[in-house]
Amino acid sequence: MTKRSGAEILVESLIQEGVEAIFGYQGGAVLPIFDAMHEKCPIQFILVRHEQAAAHAADGYARSTGKAGVCLATSGPGATNLVTGIATAYMDSIPIIALTGQVPTSMIGNDAFQEADIVGITRPITKHSYLVKETKDLARVVKEAFYIAQSGRPGPVLIDLPKDVSAGFAEHKPLREIEIRSYKPTYSGHIGQIKRAAKMIAESHQPVIYTGGGVISSGAAKELKVLVEKTGIPVTTTLMGLGGFPGDHPLSLGMPGMHGTKYANLAITESDLIIAIGARFDDRVTGKIDEFAPGAKIIHIDIDPTSISKNIQVDIPIVGDAKKILQELNKIVTAPKITAWTKKIKGWKKEHPLVYKQDGELKPQYVVEQICKITKGEAIVTTEVGQNQMWAAQYYLCREPRAFLSSGGLGTMGYGFPAAIGAQVGHPEKLVFDIAGDGSFQMNIQELATVVENELPVKIAILNNQYLGMVRQWQELFFNRRYAHTFLGAIPDFVKVAEAYGAVGMRITKPEEVVPALKEAIHTKKPVVMDFWIAQEENVFPMVPAGAALTQMIEGMA
Amino acid sequence: MKHTISVLVENRFGVLARVAGLFSGRGYNIDSLCVGETVDPSISRMTIVTHGDDRVIEQIEKQLNRLIDVIRVNDLTQEDHVERELVLIKVKAENEKRRDVMEIANIFRAKVVDVNPKTLTLEITGDEEKINAIIELLKPYNIKELVRTGKIAITRGE
Repeated sequence: MTKRSGAEILVESLIQEGVEAIFGYQGGAVLPIFDAMHEKCPIQFILVRHEQAAAHAADGYARSTGKAGVCLATSGPGATNLVTGIATAYMDSIPIIALTGQVPTSMIGNDAFQEADIVGITRPITKHSYLVKETKDLARVVKEAFYIAQSGRPGPVLIDLPKDVSAGFAEHKPLREIEIRSYKPTYSGHIGQIKRAAKMIAESHQPVIYTGGGVISSGAAKELKVLVEKTGIPVTTTLMGLGGFPGDHPLSLGMPGMHGTKYANLAITESDLIIAIGARFDDRVTGKIDEFAPGAKIIHIDIDPTSISKNIQVDIPIVGDAKKILQELNKIVTAPKITAWTKKIKGWKKEHPLVYKQDGELKPQYVVEQICKITKGEAIVTTEVGQNQMWAAQYYLCREPRAFLSSGGLGTMGYGFPAAIGAQVGHPEKLVFDIAGDGSFQMNIQELATVVENELPVKIAILNNQYLGMVRQWQELFFNRRYAHTFLGAIPDFVKVAEAYGAVGMRITKPEEVVPALKEAIHTKKPVVMDFWIAQEENVFPMVPAGAALTQMIEGMA
Repeated sequence: MKHTISVLVENRFGVLARVAGLFSGRGYNIDSLCVGETVDPSISRMTIVTHGDDRVIEQIEKQLNRLIDVIRVNDLTQEDHVERELVLIKVKAENEKRRDVMEIANIFRAKVVDVNPKTLTLEITGDEEKINAIIELLKPYNIKELVRTGKIAITRGE
């Protein structure tokens, strides 16, 4: 058998795994890998301008396509620049493969030039990681990494590749299957538990379904819809689960928690049964844990046993894949008698809708509403983090899974724009919007070069209030309006910045300009930066202060 | 409450760091940790003594199971099992004190593994109670150095 270089084995293994795109950046330790990809390589390579963007783009690709996203960076600073993106993917259980160059094996541990112990640095933020020490192990490691990243509860896997390993030679036979004796995720739910759950649902009077990102990663949106239609139980969807159930469905309660709808939080608080599906009772959802749904029994469906009874004691845990479990549950579940309950909820919806004051100023909520309207909720939306993220979650009624991409767990500013790049690469035909803030956008603004160079027509809607808006809101409410370092005075002229990079820039300052501007941006084949000058001190409401009970909501306008 | 958790792991570099990192990263305590090869050299056994309430222990077991390199987790506290620890104690034993130290050593069936004019070094194995008892008895004679292996444990029966 002829020997192949490690870099060639790597690239062939990636092709075998179905990789269509890699996001990355060059560097000394990865030269052999880039060389192996230089000619006749079917994988599209997207050269970003900062490695952090490569990790987020791989993440956006993964979230929007359901396939593992791949990023590649050199050793040392290249690898450490990926860290925020890997942590983001880890917190939201997103399958990405991070390939990092490393100094040659003989130099590891010697504080060599551009050396960093990236396996050590990322150990707590990866599902698993590998330092490949011999070229002959490469094919197996790649196969295992993709399997681990995409199975069970998905997550990022890092492969550290010393330069001599990718430059070295070994015999290569592609692996068809692998077996990891220490890793066997549970997919099928315990049938006895599913029967008990069905009984508990049938006997409930005030049930709520609470769904999270697990519905999306397991592809259970269809099964969830069947469950809801069979039982008539209303659904509240976390930030991570948006799109897993249509936001415009009559039984949708929107998002629960800190910036959730009042009716979702009231429904949770008064419920006698919560059916949690692929959600993990995060502190932003539960509020004060002692007062969370005091009268409710809890059924918890999750693939990760560590999520169960971590924050909230669960009555019926069902470990397994949400799709499989819902398929079984749907076979036996019967509708509970909940007419009085659904009527009550309808009343709450009417009484406490999401509202904002329309007073002639340009309001961020209005901008998001119009984006939703013009795209019919069928675009892929990414968000940054902060007010823009919450307004997007509240007012963009996402209808499809894998179309609302947001950094939920880690809350990473600067995520949305590179994630939009990944989503656009995965879906060249779709409209991709990044709903951004002026602060967040500046964290990865350099990627304008990437979208222009690769002709990725993403639309960036900056809700520009010249503030780190969410932190300013907390200062307004809890720090006596002392706006310490949240005013971003020297905001650049985003229109000129866009034009300088070769993208299209637009400025919108009045409500009546919003719709024409959005229409024009959508018709433009180029990337567009829309700079919306919104009301500067607009707040996100309703709001449950951190650590308070869900019933203690601050409302904006009554 | 103290728990003795037995963990079978892949015998690879980096596994210990993953387990230790899990404990430190999530704020769990390690009272002692013992690692060694099993009869299958590709598998190591870690015996971890930890403490916490039921919820913490449940999370520790689940989190350990979530590590890719962990093959099996077993809380021995729930089962009938034998626990042992080995301790080396270097204790001052000059002149007439030497006989007293030797006597204590004999009662506990400790072995003398090193002798010199000023000290005796004893090797003792036993469960926690026995080890603590001999340490208490030897303290008045001035313990110069004490080395404990940490607990290892095995289930009783088949």
